[in-house]
Amino acid sequence: MDNLLIDNIRRRNRTNTRLKYIIIAGAVITVVPIFLIVGNLALKGYRQINLAFFTEPAPDTFQAMMAASSGEVIPGGIANGLTGSLLMVIIASLVSIPLGLMTGVYLYENGTKRYASFIRSLTEILQGVPSIILGIIAYLWVVRNITRGYSALAGSTALTIMMLPLIIRSTEETMKMIPVTIREAAFALGTPYYKMIIKVLIPVSFSGLATGVLLALSRILGETAPLMLTALGSPSVSLDVTRPVSAVPLLIWDFYNDPNMVNLVWSASLFLMVFVLSMNLLSRSIASKHKYI
Amino acid sequence: MSDTHTTEPVLKIEGLSIAYEPGRYAVKDVSATVRRNSITAIMGPSGCGKSTLLRAMNRMHELYPNIETRGDILLDGKSIFPMSVIELRRKVGMVFQRPNPFPNMTIYENVVAGYSLNDIRLKKNQRDEIVENALRNVTLWDEVKEFLFRKGTFLSGGQQQRLCVARAIAFNPEVLLLDEPTSALDPIATSKIEDLLGELKKKYTIVLVTHNMSQAARISDDSMFMYLGELVEAGRTETLFTTPKDARTEAYLTGKFG
Repeated sequence: MDNLLIDNIRRRNRTNTRLKYIIIAGAVITVVPIFLIVGNLALKGYRQINLAFFTEPAPDTFQAMMAASSGEVIPGGIANGLTGSLLMVIIASLVSIPLGLMTGVYLYENGTKRYASFIRSLTEILQGVPSIILGIIAYLWVVRNITRGYSALAGSTALTIMMLPLIIRSTEETMKMIPVTIREAAFALGTPYYKMIIKVLIPVSFSGLATGVLLALSRILGETAPLMLTALGSPSVSLDVTRPVSAVPLLIWDFYNDPNMVNLVWSASLFLMVFVLSMNLLSRSIASKHKYI
Repeated sequence: MSDTHTTEPVLKIEGLSIAYEPGRYAVKDVSATVRRNSITAIMGPSGCGKSTLLRAMNRMHELYPNIETRGDILLDGKSIFPMSVIELRRKVGMVFQRPNPFPNMTIYENVVAGYSLNDIRLKKNQRDEIVENALRNVTLWDEVKEFLFRKGTFLSGGQQQRLCVARAIAFNPEVLLLDEPTSALDPIATSKIEDLLGELKKKYTIVLVTHNMSQAARISDDSMFMYLGELVEAGRTETLFTTPKDARTEAYLTGKFG
């Protein structure tokens, strides 16, 4: 009897140990590709990263060819893509952040009403729409009818529609975590409804809201497909919203298509990756610093 | 007990009925009075409607749709329902079951939250005075004066609850409603709150919901016993605990249910 029990315990311990190693192995397998990606990009891309990389627009094929044949670093950089990306992301943020926050608060406040559930379903559907389709829609609305040509505005439109559902969802989910007693505390002090939202709900959920916005930003920073149909790309730095602009992911695609500029693919990718990663880290640090709920 | 009803009651509840769903009343035709500068305890088993009754007194029910209220509540002889809800809640403060300081605000900001959330601008010295007075009144001042500018959630549960009382009295209300204010606290914190209420009744009228009979016996002047939405019995705590008129009150007090 005793031996049986000891055997049993041994067997269970062995199973325990085995499962533990399997889990650790699984975790390692998932993490390794991330390091490989960053490492690969860094190794292949670091040579191109210098001051000019951020201040000069993309080189033309000829310049790149000359540099490549003489073994030098390719001149020029991604300034046109960087400014274009920032321009479009800023416009998209200016529209989608307030609109998304308001819609999110509305859904949270009126969660069970029929109209709210309708809006919520629409938001979910919107989130599932492939980005290329949003590009086509922005092309139809803005490129064809408003700016009469490819433009930064059209690109921002597509990005805005992409950001909206992300912000709406995260706003609603964050606010749901606020205990109802906090709201009641505000109301019990005679606080008017709008003050309760501005001075209590939003500050209390600030970390969640900021995280949602930053994650939405990092999502759209890498978007390429909808921009091909809207912003098109531009060889020079442009801040005119009615004209075509470039964007970092568009530049990566351009570089990829030009055999002389392959080196720049790695640098631009490295930059985009690091940028998005730091957005994620930033959102994390904000989240931990202002976490109230 | 010579201080009988010489003064007009602060609160007068007249035929109050409250339904969360049409036809299903959580409070049924309750009439009662609350005396000035006294502690009135509302007790009864869970689900008897005691919190519902309390929350009617500052019209908290209006935050939720579909709650039907009938009857009237008079504050100093005037019905509370035509009043602006902001004015009413300045006169009738509330403390909740779980301590709920605003997590985004410091201790200092929490105490003056009633002013800042209502856009009442105060000079810094006025604010300082209100904060110190309110915190002294809840015997929290000595414990927190060193860290007034840390977040309120950094305090212990009992301290947080006293902070919430301070937040409610910083507005200098007439009536203070407390909804089981000690049910989430340990015995020491509970006794501090109870002592505090004994002090506060000199300035304010206190209505306290509790499911803790001994608490009601310890600190209240008047008691109401509710059962299934009805006000079964109300009167001086001493009388109600020693010679209950209703069989249900007696059954509750002797632990037959609840």
